[in-house]
Amino acid sequence: MKTYTLPNEKGHFGMFGGRFVPETLMKAILELEQEYENAKKDFNFHTEKDRLLKEYVGRETPLYLAENLSKYAGGANIYLKREDLNHTGAHKINNAIGQALLAVRMGKRKIVAETGAGQHGVATATVCALLNLDCIIFMGEEDIKRQALNVFRMELLGATVVSVSSGSATLKDAVNEALRYWVANVDDTHYLLGSVMGPHPFPTMVRDFQSVIGKETKEEFILRNGCLPDAIVACIGGGSNAMGIFYPFIKDKSVSLYGVEAAGQGIDTNFHAASLTKGKPGVLHGSLMYLLQNDDGQIQEAHSISAGLDYPGVGPEHSYLKDSSRAKYYAITDDEALESFQLLSRLEGIIPALESAHAIAFAVKLASEMEETQNIVVCLSGRGDKDVDAVKTRMEKGKENESFGTIL
Amino acid sequence: MNRLEQSFELLNENDGKAFVPYLMAGDGGLECLVDRLLLLEKFGATAIEVGVPFSDPVADGPIIQNAGIRALKSRTTLKGIITELAKARELVTIPIILMTYLNPIYAYGIGAFVQDIQNAGVDGCIIPDLPIEEEDMLVPQLAEAQIELIRLVTPATPLERIKQIAGRGKGFLYMVTVKGITGTRNLFQHDLNQFLRAVKELSPIPVLAGFGISSQEQINELTKYCDGVVVGSRIVELFEKNNLSEMEILMSIFNKNHK
Repeated sequence: MKTYTLPNEKGHFGMFGGRFVPETLMKAILELEQEYENAKKDFNFHTEKDRLLKEYVGRETPLYLAENLSKYAGGANIYLKREDLNHTGAHKINNAIGQALLAVRMGKRKIVAETGAGQHGVATATVCALLNLDCIIFMGEEDIKRQALNVFRMELLGATVVSVSSGSATLKDAVNEALRYWVANVDDTHYLLGSVMGPHPFPTMVRDFQSVIGKETKEEFILRNGCLPDAIVACIGGGSNAMGIFYPFIKDKSVSLYGVEAAGQGIDTNFHAASLTKGKPGVLHGSLMYLLQNDDGQIQEAHSISAGLDYPGVGPEHSYLKDSSRAKYYAITDDEALESFQLLSRLEGIIPALESAHAIAFAVKLASEMEETQNIVVCLSGRGDKDVDAVKTRMEKGKENESFGTIL
Repeated sequence: MNRLEQSFELLNENDGKAFVPYLMAGDGGLECLVDRLLLLEKFGATAIEVGVPFSDPVADGPIIQNAGIRALKSRTTLKGIITELAKARELVTIPIILMTYLNPIYAYGIGAFVQDIQNAGVDGCIIPDLPIEEEDMLVPQLAEAQIELIRLVTPATPLERIKQIAGRGKGFLYMVTVKGITGTRNLFQHDLNQFLRAVKELSPIPVLAGFGISSQEQINELTKYCDGVVVGSRIVELFEKNNLSEMEILMSIFNKNHK
């Protein structure tokens, strides 16, 4: 792959992507596309974005060789791209800053967003506080329970958090409500979508804002090792941290790209979020992509211990990279992720987000099958503080069940 | 000329206005669909919009969302709906328009879908998440089968784009009266009339207003500026409450005016 110029002018990545939204939103989406094109060519826009990323977010983030984890895996060296060290604790802020600056350019002072784990909601609320924008966040009722602390954070930052009880009351339903809200308030409101999904230009724009992860990784890795890494590993819900770290490496054929989905209780159960592994192409939330759905085209509920991966679709560009075999996609179960959550905490003193723990689990397996001279970079997309409570509950439940001799 | 064009021509000759009710297929059980269609025809419907339930209806408000949930709970499928519509076609003479989000069609297979709805005598489709930018995936097949794609314009659509959208269709133009989702409303934006007039002027095909329409007063006001109305949430609500007399009164509006 010498050149890679996707998407095309209609926002299509091969058969995937596009703009499948109600007509009410078309004007806003076409305007956003135009404004983004203008901003891309505007030196001042980049200067301001880069200044905030450096001074406010704390970029660039370290590329850390996790020697203990590498030794444990027994094979390739595992590097961690420390997106967990960003302000607000995850990669989500890279995109939130870019889009919020774009909203200000368009004269839109109101922001609506969806959130699953709450990381994107916190990042959005943070940037809105910084830039003095009104902020309303839709979050599934179920996720609000799982991530109570993040809800309080958003409110502390001045955002209004709206609980969504329809459907599975998770990320998918929060996106539905955020879209409905946007339809009704499109004149003065920007939808700050948190992942590489939704209608064009969102998948491209979010990828571009997140590709700072891959750019830094590439430069730093070459500087230190004089070569490219052999593999990149990242977890995938919608797929923004993965697209961000993959994108600058797509043309480098020697670098294998691995996306890690949530297998929940197992991909052969009905309780997983493995859209690429088990889904088929379909249209949801503005985009043609791999989707968990039944034979009648009704969207199925996704399940994962990690609220951030709990989504039945996956970005259109990942759908394309899967079909073109440029990237490979695997799934990691709740139990494996929990184990890696503890493993990284003990071995490296780094508590990862449950989302990122999926990537760690896969990277350990992968490293053990590779040579000691080879190198893997894992995108450690977020820190695990938000998950400590849920993990504690789950571990205590596990112990209880053990003592009763029950097999889960 | 298909049934839709014929209906509107007839309406035009009689100087009448169109009343297009919407119902959710499978709400109350799929077995009552044919009877409900016959009832709506008897009450004076110009055409009927038949909704296909979808798990994630982003353009719909609570009333239609909940009707969709009820329909899905009673295991309604697109295939089942098409089978019932084929039966209905032998009894119902007015046009039938299928209103569905894109994914159920995509999962069905576009070729098979068009063939099956053609055989079932469906006259048109409304697909709220298929803007003109993406319609090439479906429109050539529909055109071949002489099935109209009914396109939507909204108060957020610029005039130039309204012209472009209106120029593509042969059935009617669906003019959304609000920036928002479906559902009954008491008040419309104060500058709505101006928008309706502009759309009517730009459109070479009949213009029907829809979204948020629930009363005869609203209908009388809106049809000063357009060729008819689509009434969704209110009809769905009345079916659910089994308040058929209220439905008959609401739908008799043009019979009184134009007999």
